[in-house]
Amino acid sequence: MWPAVLVASLGAFATKWAGHLLPESLLERDLVRRAAAVLPIALLAALLAIQTFWSIDGFVVDARVAGVAVAVVLLRLRAPFLVVVLAAAATAAVLRALGWG
Amino acid sequence: MSAGSAGESSAGAGSGGAAEGPSVARGVGGPPIEGIRSRALSIGVATGAYAISFGAVSIAAGLNVGQAQALSLLMFTGASQFAFIGVVATGGGLVVAAATAWLLGLRNGLYGLHLATVLTPRGRPGQRLRGWRRMGAAHFTIDESTAMALAYEADSDATRRAFWATGWSVFVLWNLGTLLGALGAASLSDPRVLGLDAAIPAGFLALLWPRLVDRSAWALAAASGVLALALAPVLRPGLPVLAGAGLAVAAALWLSRGKR
Repeated sequence: MWPAVLVASLGAFATKWAGHLLPESLLERDLVRRAAAVLPIALLAALLAIQTFWSIDGFVVDARVAGVAVAVVLLRLRAPFLVVVLAAAATAAVLRALGWG
Repeated sequence: MSAGSAGESSAGAGSGGAAEGPSVARGVGGPPIEGIRSRALSIGVATGAYAISFGAVSIAAGLNVGQAQALSLLMFTGASQFAFIGVVATGGGLVVAAATAWLLGLRNGLYGLHLATVLTPRGRPGQRLRGWRRMGAAHFTIDESTAMALAYEADSDATRRAFWATGWSVFVLWNLGTLLGALGAASLSDPRVLGLDAAIPAGFLALLWPRLVDRSAWALAAASGVLALALAPVLRPGLPVLAGAGLAVAAALWLSRGKR
């Protein structure tokens, strides 16, 4: 685990630093700008889907789905970040305490 | 850290101040400077609170307290940190976890490209940062500090203050929050009981939410999520995220070719 933590951290820093060292004209490239806009959305959505429905045993609908559903409602109500995350965790915890998921 | 609500909401209008001294280290400044400092602090508090959940779910994903803290100290970019532990939590390989984190952090490189032209050394307008100061600025190049710097872009002095004040505020409170969350979760026998595995997707959702600004963003997100799940049965853990997102990005770029 430690090597992965350190290598990934180094990669993150190298990316930031490279941004400060490279010429700004890179930003004028159309492909760079469009890729930068869509990449985080695609990655976050894929992570969200896998983390909500996938487990080591395969596709599963469990307490996490209910937690994410609560998060959707709270985000629509413009709840703060921490409230959203805590409410999702609490929802899953309560459902498990009741014997589901 | 996370282009979450704190970073997004901080990108509003701002007016510049012109007093001397680095923004955080010294207590000088009139109303505009106070505005920068209090906004920077409130952004730091919001992200620090979020870091508590990051620290807790890191433990649930199988990291120890030191590793969770190392990510917050060294990687210091929330979405990537969450991606790393998210892939680890679902049994994905460490190489895939690192690659996913790196891809999510690419946007910081773009922030850096722009920040390098607007962040100037104190008292030397028009020049670029160099050496250690530039490395420090690079480390602090995240959603929140960039949004604050750009909100005060009209005045180079205010830009610098806004960037460093937000960077320090988020760095300190993000790491403090991580430590609290990690220590708290490490004292539990089974983090699943507290629903921490549900906190991970909720965290991704909260990061994604402010980016879903139009129909094409929604379509991209839906395509990416469905593709990742469709590929999950046939690929090794962790890879479905990269493959699904990669296909969705390729499709989005192809569909939007030629458009501005």
